[in-house]
Order: sequence, then C-alpha cells, then structure tokens
Amino acid sequence: MLILHCPCCGVDADETDLHAGGQAHLKREGPGSSDDDFEDYLFMRENPKGVHFERWRHVYGCGKWFHAARCTSTLEVFGTYPAQTLEPPQEIKDKISAKRPGWSWGTFQ
Amino acid sequence: MSNAVSALQGRTAPGEVTIREAGLRGMIILRGDLADKKLRKVCADVTSVKFPDQGQANSEGDKGLCWMSPDELLVLVPYTEAADAIAKIDAKLAGTHYLAENVSDARAVILVEGAFCRDVIAKLAPADLHPDSFKPGDFRRTRLGQVAAAFWMRDEDTFEVICFRSVAEYTFDLLAMSAKSGEVGHFA
Ligand SMILES: [Zn+2]
Repeated sequence: MLILHCPCCGVDADETDLHAGGQAHLKREGPGSSDDDFEDYLFMRENPKGVHFERWRHVYGCGKWFHAARCTSTLEVFGTYPAQTLEPPQEIKDKISAKRPGWSWGTFQ
Repeated sequence: MSNAVSALQGRTAPGEVTIREAGLRGMIILRGDLADKKLRKVCADVTSVKFPDQGQANSEGDKGLCWMSPDELLVLVPYTEAADAIAKIDAKLAGTHYLAENVSDARAVILVEGAFCRDVIAKLAPADLHPDSFKPGDFRRTRLGQVAAAFWMRDEDTFEVICFRSVAEYTFDLLAMSAKSGEVGHFA
C-alpha cells in the first residue's frame, strides 16, 4: 500500500484516498508549438524503473494537487512537495541522491 | 415555505455504540483566505467557537468550524440560522475574493456515540485512528467504505460524521453494521 504525505493538509493518505495524476513536470505545448513538441507533450512519458516524479490529488481529502517523488520498483517514497513548482526542490533531490546515487530523470539529476 | 426534512429524519440504530442521524443542520461552505482577519472575525461572530487550526474542528452544540482544506472551512450553525449566517458573511466579506454557499440540504450529519466509537470508524476509513494520532478536536476528510465523508471527535465517546445527502442511507447502514459487529480491541 502506497502512503503519501499530503503537503497541503498534512495528512498521511493511502492510495485509496488519492487520485493518480500521471507524470509530473510536463511542459505544456500550446498553439504555435511544433507538431513534434506537441506530440511529445501529449503522448511521450517517462517510464522509469526506479526514481519517478508524479502528480497526485488528495481527492477524498483536501482536494488539492501535489507532487510525489518515489521509486517505481520498490515503492519507496522519497518525499512529497507542493504542486506550484517547475522542478523538485533541492531537499528532495538530495534525499534521492543519498539513496540512489547517480539517478537521473528527464533533465533532472 | 417548504417543510424541510433531513435525509434520514433522525433514524437511530441503538446499541453499545448508537448510530443516530442528527437531523437538520446548517452547513455553509466558506472558501477564501483563511488568514484574512475579516473572515476569521465573521466566523467567530456566527459560531462563537475558536478558529480551527489545520486538520481541526471546534464545535459547541450545533455550531462549529471545521478546517476542510487550506482555503476552505465548513461553518456549522443551527439549520434555521444558515441564511442569516450567510448574509452576515456576505456583508463582512463583500469586495474580497471568497465564496459562501449554503449546503445544508446537500449533506447529512450522523452521530456515532458509545465507548468503542473509535473502532466503528476505524473499520471503515483508511485513516490512523489510534488514540495517540486522532484526538477530540481532530478533523479528517476521507472515505467511509465507498463514499466520501468527513468526521471529527466531539469527545472520547462521540464521532460526528458528515456525508453527502444522497449517500446518507448507505453511510448510516455502514456505520450501524460496523457498530453491530462489535469492538475490535486493537486500541485497548
Ligand atoms: Zn491533502
């Protein structure tokens, strides 16, 4: 069972309290973008075995979106952080580096 | 004026832990800046209870304030006072960014009363209800069985549960069945 700490309301919520929102930190490509960029935005996703960044919504709780960093193969949670950011906070990256030296994900490392 | 009735009209399932629909209750969803002085003042004016911290509910009789999310409160008042309370909120917060909506008839309130009320809730919700983690005054929005619900402890022997009116019967039956099947004893 996956348990994530909601940074918005402070509750430890299990996955039945949450709604998965897919990959985090997507850059939206809108009108005026190239077909290739738009295709990437719509369809192309990271699918890592290991460190991953996701969006989650505390749907039965406070209703807010937040971000989670976790490992897809062990379900270890490195941390959660607010949705209002373009990349994981340094503190989360440091925690991942301590446990998964040399990790990378998209343009983050 | 229509004759308002609550979802289950006071239905009661007596037992060691009694499940009782609380009848009509005034409930107002208030969204806005919870740090705003005017908002806090008008909440105090209409409920006379202390403003709740994150994850808390303060209640006294039919009145109360529940912390729903970083920008949302549930304001509890006697059923017949809801319209007046909203008028007061509107008058106080006019010109600021907020929303106050009377949801009294969209919700139901169910009381869970008795010595092992904690077990009755714990069997149904994915929440840590250990006495060290969840105490009187703590408030939690989560699910009970298959439906969204919120609850808090009025005191050691009483939980107050709020759910949508359309699922009041399901929630009541669920709680009654949980109460009937007895104490688990895990928290003893
Ligand atoms: Zn939350």
